[in-house]
Amino acid sequence: MNCQEKTQYYLDRIAKYNPKLNCYLTVCAKEALAAARAADQRRAKKESLGPLDGVPIALKDIFVTEGIKTTCGSKILNNYIPPYDGTTASALKKGGAVLLGKLNLDEFAMGSSNEFSGFGPVQNPWKEGYIPGGSSGGSAAALAADLCPLSMGTDTGGSIRQPAALCGVVGLKPTYGRVTRYGIIAFASSLDQAGPMARTVEDCALLMNVVAGYDAKDSTSLNVPAEDFTKKLKQPVKGLKLGLPREYFINGMDAEVTTAVQKAAKKFEDLGAKVEEMSLPHTQYAVPCYYIIAPAEASANLARYDGVRFGHRAGNPKDLLDLYERSRSEGFGAEVTMRIVIGTFVLSTGYYDAYYLKAQKVRTLIKKDFTDAFQKFDAILTPTTPTPAFKIGEKTDDPIKMYLSDIFTIPVNLAGLPGLALPCGFSKTGLPVGMQLIGKHLDEATLFQLGFAYEQATDWHKRKPSLVMSHGS
Amino acid sequence: MSKYETVIGLEVHAQLLTKTKLFCACSAKFGDPPNSNICPVCTGQAGALPVLNKTAVEMAIKTGLALNCEIREKSIFARKNYFYPDLPKGYQISQYEKPLCVNGKLDHVPIVRIHMEEDAGKLLHDTGDPAVSHVDLNRCGTPLIEIVSGPDLHSPEEAADYMRKLRNILVYLEVCDGNMQEGSLRCDANVSIRPAGSKKLGTRTEIKNVNSFKFIENALAYEIQRQTAVVEAGGKVIQETRLWNQQKGTTEAMRSKEEAHDYRYFPDPDLLPLVVDRVWVEKIKGTLPELAGEKALRFAKQYNIPEYDAGVLTAQKELAYYFEECVRHHPSPKKISNWIMAELLRELKVRDQDITEIKMKPEQLARMVALIEQGTISGAAGKGVFMAMLDTGKDPEAIIQAKGLEQVSDTGAIETVIDKIIAKEAENVKRYQSGKKNVLGFFVGEVMKAMKGKANPKMVNEILRKKLG
Ligand SMILES: [Zn+2]
Repeated sequence: MNCQEKTQYYLDRIAKYNPKLNCYLTVCAKEALAAARAADQRRAKKESLGPLDGVPIALKDIFVTEGIKTTCGSKILNNYIPPYDGTTASALKKGGAVLLGKLNLDEFAMGSSNEFSGFGPVQNPWKEGYIPGGSSGGSAAALAADLCPLSMGTDTGGSIRQPAALCGVVGLKPTYGRVTRYGIIAFASSLDQAGPMARTVEDCALLMNVVAGYDAKDSTSLNVPAEDFTKKLKQPVKGLKLGLPREYFINGMDAEVTTAVQKAAKKFEDLGAKVEEMSLPHTQYAVPCYYIIAPAEASANLARYDGVRFGHRAGNPKDLLDLYERSRSEGFGAEVTMRIVIGTFVLSTGYYDAYYLKAQKVRTLIKKDFTDAFQKFDAILTPTTPTPAFKIGEKTDDPIKMYLSDIFTIPVNLAGLPGLALPCGFSKTGLPVGMQLIGKHLDEATLFQLGFAYEQATDWHKRKPSLVMSHGS
Repeated sequence: MSKYETVIGLEVHAQLLTKTKLFCACSAKFGDPPNSNICPVCTGQAGALPVLNKTAVEMAIKTGLALNCEIREKSIFARKNYFYPDLPKGYQISQYEKPLCVNGKLDHVPIVRIHMEEDAGKLLHDTGDPAVSHVDLNRCGTPLIEIVSGPDLHSPEEAADYMRKLRNILVYLEVCDGNMQEGSLRCDANVSIRPAGSKKLGTRTEIKNVNSFKFIENALAYEIQRQTAVVEAGGKVIQETRLWNQQKGTTEAMRSKEEAHDYRYFPDPDLLPLVVDRVWVEKIKGTLPELAGEKALRFAKQYNIPEYDAGVLTAQKELAYYFEECVRHHPSPKKISNWIMAELLRELKVRDQDITEIKMKPEQLARMVALIEQGTISGAAGKGVFMAMLDTGKDPEAIIQAKGLEQVSDTGAIETVIDKIIAKEAENVKRYQSGKKNVLGFFVGEVMKAMKGKANPKMVNEILRKKLG
């Protein structure tokens, strides 16, 4: 297939399945075909722009794209056409990648089920009526349903890994600072990290090669030399030491998930790795700590959506305050509003020390847990989520239950470490189960190495959801 | 002595003279068409991120060093959260808990802190439709430093004097243009009164919008009087922010609603802590120019001119440079200083010109002074030459030649004229000889008139005295 045919293939599938799955918020059919045609012409002249030249990709609608509507899943940005490309969008464009469209997400990436999108929930392709996870639910579901071969997501507390696990695809949350944040709409700046999502570990590593790297436009970007993330893919994992943290196998967790991850541990042992039980003692504080830091940062990050310069503006405001209040209350959904309120509260005079400052101290302890562990281990193996995907509507009224979906992914963001989610089984009801490999600072390559070895030894990633009939090559 | 003592502290905002803004690459130029110097970062577009301008940090450090501050190795940018249409991100990036410079001094006045922050945009209300306001974001994100003095100023005059000195230093350092009218230098004043001798600070009010030296004095004088009246009447001063209204000559309380802010400061997670290494600070220290105070002392000593003159000559960096250039071409510092103090500064005022804008080059003024000293032209003729140089920028020699101003030092020629006048003014000769020596001035005047001012006045005097006996 040439690039145009490949692009057309995906556009056809999107046309057919997206009305039901609701993965895509924007489809860029015309632009995609034009870009594919240009790629084919380059190919004919043997002038490739790189490994992604002519490869279709879809971006979570949190990536700012010049001239293409970028909503961040929010009604407040319903009409926002950014005047610039973020660094990732521009790197992909320069590499010749074909942008198929923009994918659904929880509003401002705040959610674990995609039910908090301002534009309707995404269906899990594996089972109708089930959530795909969130917030990069559109990305994970589109990959599972083969509505795109590659996607970029963002992960603040698990938003790449959790939906990847629930949809049976692969997703990497890179080391904080590895992939630029310039041009991803901020949720919680000290936690946000963009990362690749794909159906295989290798594809993920290839995409990582294009998007990772120092960006002078992001002050928190890490100025480290470029690296080939596929370099260790084919190396044996024999001798690598994996930690299995006790705190990640908890009461109330789905037994099928525990079993699947234990089996994966066994598989790694079969491959020659050493697996040992260990402890990350401050794990239980991660969720409360996260739900202070993330909303606090979000409350400031989302202040710019005020109806003055862009985005939704309330009609006939009676004064400035009315303009602010109505633009924001009309534009933001309930979950986002709640987190802004929490964030505003924890930063208030008199509460700052007790909440925000304390949370930062706890964060340091959680980081230290990992630093200590990595003295001994090469990577840490955990479940990605406590349960497989749940039903749409099941947890929307119970924020605490919903927040616990990210209990195993949040500590990784707080510590700024890389985490790779990949499929490791299925529930009896046919829903994917995912495991998580947590790596040392900047050691994504070892995660890819482990993930690739596991993938070669299993065939979970080859299964296709029944909701979608045929699977492309 | 007054019953009350006044306590004043100033918060001065200075816009740094960087080419670009504090967190983006947009031009920081003043006066361009609205919204022409903007980008995703300074308009708060979704997904845009700040990157700190190193030159701005360098300027802030320079200021800190000139004001004898400690330069912190690690300082933090925080977000100051509030909503206003001139603030695109809904927060201002500003150093809060950990400012870059602390514990300085300007003469006897302690400098509590100097911190860096970004400026906001500007609201435009008068654009035709009264129902609509516009926002100009050109200024948004331009770098500011806020220099906070301790509450150690005790009169409006002292406050204005501090402000003048501070402005002078900023201009000398070339970190701020010091233009208060255009707002590149702005001042808020905290003022309170307390019974004389008391150590406890009274309740203070903050006066905003005092953007000239005169306003500072006027506003503070008014506010002190107002607070005194309140206390005298048995009332209590309320802690509040007041705006100076120059037209009315009063301060007015701002609505309390505008004040009831909890800014919810927290460290900006988009920016790493600002780490300043010692080597850099030392390097910057090495580039510090001689400041006005030091320069004035040196001028007084080196050129042997009055301290007052040295102060005036060094008050503006370019003027000091002009003076020294003149002296370099003709080492007659006292005479040159006199010409600049008396003639040049007056003409600048009359012509509403800056020293940097004039056509007359320092070496031209120097040569003219030399020509007077050599007796080529008279001092009186010099004034004409001076004006012509200011007007045209031509060399003094050319002007003298063109106007025929060369002085007559030919004894014979002068004697001829003097003889004629003595013959004509027999009456006055008698008066002179009877002891009215001041008539000599009259004769000098007559001779100069007859010779169109070209006679060498020293010779005229000598010959007259001789001839009149
Ligand atoms: Zn800008």
